[in-house]
Amino acid sequence: MHFNSVSTLKTALEQKRISSLELTQLFLNRIQKYDRQVNSYITVTAEKAISSAKLADARRAKGDTAPLLGMPIAQKDIFCTDGVRTSCASRMLDNFIAPYDATLVQKTQAAGMVMLGKTNMDEFAMGSSNETSFYGAVQNPFDIERVPGGSSGGSAAAVAAGLAPIATGTDTGGSIRQPAALCNLTGLKPTYGRISRFGMIAFASSLDQGGPMGRTAEDCALLMNVISGFDERDSTSVNEAVPDFTAHLNAPLKGLKIGLPKEFFTDALNPEMAKLIHDAAKVLEKEGAILKEISLAKSALSVPAYYILASAECSSNLSRFDGVRYGHRAENPKDLLELYCASRAEGFGKEVKRRIMMGTYALSTGYYDAYYVKAQQIRRLIFNDFNNAFSEVDVILGPTTPEIAFKKGEKAADPITMYLSDIYTIAANLAGIPALSMPGGFLQNLPIGVQLMAPIFQEAKLLNIAHRYQQNTDWHTRTPKHFAE
Amino acid sequence: MTWETVIGLEVHVQLQTQSKAFSGASTQFGAAPNTQASIIDLGMPGVLPVLNKEAVKMALCFGLAVGAKINKRSIFARKNYFYPDLPKGYQISQFEIPVVGEGSLKIFLDDQTEKTIRIERAHLEEDAGKSLHDVYQGLSGIDLNRAGTPLLEIVSKPDMRSAKEAVAYLKTLHQLVRYLEICDGNLQEGSFRCDANVSVRKMGAEKLGTRAEIKNINSFRYVEKAILHEVERQIDILESGGTVKQETRLYDPDKNETRAMRSKEEANDYRYFPDPDLLPLVIDDALLDAVQKTLPELPEAKRQRFVETFGLSPYDASVISSTRDLSNYFETVVEKLDKAQAKLAANWVMGDLSAALNKENLEFAHSKVSALALSELLTRIIDNTISGKIAKTVFEIMWSEGLAPDTIIEQKGLKQVSDTGLIEKVIDEVIANNPEQVAALKGGKDKLFGFFVGEVMKQTKGKANPGQVNALLKQKLGV
Repeated sequence: MHFNSVSTLKTALEQKRISSLELTQLFLNRIQKYDRQVNSYITVTAEKAISSAKLADARRAKGDTAPLLGMPIAQKDIFCTDGVRTSCASRMLDNFIAPYDATLVQKTQAAGMVMLGKTNMDEFAMGSSNETSFYGAVQNPFDIERVPGGSSGGSAAAVAAGLAPIATGTDTGGSIRQPAALCNLTGLKPTYGRISRFGMIAFASSLDQGGPMGRTAEDCALLMNVISGFDERDSTSVNEAVPDFTAHLNAPLKGLKIGLPKEFFTDALNPEMAKLIHDAAKVLEKEGAILKEISLAKSALSVPAYYILASAECSSNLSRFDGVRYGHRAENPKDLLELYCASRAEGFGKEVKRRIMMGTYALSTGYYDAYYVKAQQIRRLIFNDFNNAFSEVDVILGPTTPEIAFKKGEKAADPITMYLSDIYTIAANLAGIPALSMPGGFLQNLPIGVQLMAPIFQEAKLLNIAHRYQQNTDWHTRTPKHFAE
Repeated sequence: MTWETVIGLEVHVQLQTQSKAFSGASTQFGAAPNTQASIIDLGMPGVLPVLNKEAVKMALCFGLAVGAKINKRSIFARKNYFYPDLPKGYQISQFEIPVVGEGSLKIFLDDQTEKTIRIERAHLEEDAGKSLHDVYQGLSGIDLNRAGTPLLEIVSKPDMRSAKEAVAYLKTLHQLVRYLEICDGNLQEGSFRCDANVSVRKMGAEKLGTRAEIKNINSFRYVEKAILHEVERQIDILESGGTVKQETRLYDPDKNETRAMRSKEEANDYRYFPDPDLLPLVIDDALLDAVQKTLPELPEAKRQRFVETFGLSPYDASVISSTRDLSNYFETVVEKLDKAQAKLAANWVMGDLSAALNKENLEFAHSKVSALALSELLTRIIDNTISGKIAKTVFEIMWSEGLAPDTIIEQKGLKQVSDTGLIEKVIDEVIANNPEQVAALKGGKDKLFGFFVGEVMKQTKGKANPGQVNALLKQKLGV
């Protein structure tokens, strides 16, 4: 039951083979049993979950047929949840009980979904290994010596270990796709503006986007139907009609033009991984798709541009954590400056401080033009790169990560190597386009991800391709042995 | 050595919107601390700003009124600095591209000469909260009710050459924003705040001197005093061979001095960058046209019209056009009168009526004597039913008892006596009773004529038509 897809569980709930309460209890029990090893949750909201499950069962008894009614879900601890600690995995917010619900959370609640708890993550979503969390690293369920990826590593590990059927993540530079790839899940970063950012604690506002992490493309489509849509409280959310993302999952792929960017298949990519990616492309070719080599000439610039822009925005976004109104406050500061300095020095971890400093530097007088403005110009070039590519092909296919899940501690001391984990995912954030990672096989018994990218608002196309792929492969059904019971 | 003063002003105008610039919280002044601060104003994690359209309309309204270039696409930027009353650690403002570009404002000096002051820009931004240092022993309190209130920062070019010009500019600007009904103009509550950039240079020099920015000048009087003091300070420095430092100075009205707050070197690096939470502000022609249609007649246009149409003196015209309330009142009064009588109306509005309002601290809009009632009263002066002097009595009763002028004239029997026979009878009595004065007058003491007029008016309780009294007296006394 616990490794079933959401669509399977949905049918079980609809046919009343199981109640939401039973399903919720099942996952809560598993969390209690296994999460000490995985560390995927920061906060488990068992009581709340049980009362929402009862409420969902009551709704169903009255004839409510909302598609995900009674379905358990894990929320990344970056989404504000009314009355529940929302920590962003930081000491800074360890004592912070959010006074309101994020729009995304409101939507899952209105749909009758049952929140199991808040998942672990890299502190303030800054990281690619989930090692920067104040609450400790998260283990990859496929190999507990290894990282689950980040920053949505808790969400990925929770679903992979069967501690939640589906979860939310956020993706600023790959934070949904990279952990999905390392934990054998399907993860979708929607078009920038598709999902409201209201109540999602900001890392880099112009890049952040929430999205689903599930076992299958279909599961992601089901959750996308719940969480998408314009929100008048988010000026950057887009007033664009939301399609039924499940409607065309089975559409044939005949004639679909798939581009493989040559810049993604260089020495930087593990050659065995490259082979698996090409294998995946061939599966789609068999389905009638046409493969074509393309060029994303500026993609090498995306990592440096990203680390300027994301750091610049975060340096400003994180200024509100000053110890004055909420969050961590240093004891007995002698004056205002010390209150600020000590609260922030104690409240933020190393990686967060590093990025605040980089961003502050990049925005300073005398450096602004050389860094921030230049990075924005590169962002525009990358956007143009994609526009050109999409005039030739319908979607782009490539790897999600350069290699399989690495060992804990392996890259922690070398931020540059760590930053290169996002080498293939960052460009989609800079361009604002939707991108998806799906399970594409195993290397050394560890999963790898295949990434698909499409023009803006074409999430349905990505889900369609991934679904067709999953009809022809079984990688996505593999689960870690250790958590089978 | 003669020195020339150069002044540029930055004025923060609080826009009188119902809700805040980026949240739905109320902007009402004076509520209990932190009761008007929403999660957005508190800078809670995860919250996002949504621009208040009314604030944009008000900014456009101002831009159009000063003939400014309106930027069809402007950008909100973050001004980053730490302060406890700045919840997000940055202020949302406009930096590189403000919504209102270059414009100008015409000012009048005391001698009625006019001067045009160029406006460099006006941009939208949010206000900070308030730090309260005197409420708790050893602690500072933070009140975030004001945080997020929309401001329009209006920046002039360094076009003013004296403290008096600066005050004239400020007053004209103050009048304008109240005319446009975009600001309540309350200086005490901080709705209209001014920082002055002051420098001096040798008369005739091209290059501007080093400036000091003076903050915290919240009355017209202080602006003048602060500038005068600062100019003197700078001249003293220069004449004794020193150099003026570029710095921010705080005006202390109690000591009438400015003192250094921070130098250029200590100044914050605000690390401005475009706010990624807000889209560029795009102004389309439809919105601009709609705002244009709501623009009232501006004070300067009104002043000219009052001179040309009603023949008011430039001084009277500028007093009457000083606020919309006053000019509306005046125009209602004169509506039913002959244009030639506008001067009479102006005198009454500026005289008796203003005095009565001032006494009770009332606005024209809340006058106890309505404009129509005053118009009726003036009609009775013009048609000789009562004299101007009796009218003052009638006005007082109108004010205190709220009665119509005709009712008062009727009830109190104040109608002017124009019956020649009756007046003649009184004159005859007065002449008969005062033979000595008659003799003196005839002997050349012309001034005594007034005595006779007075006596006749006294006998008729002021109701005799003064014109007739004069004529008949002259006739009877043979002067």
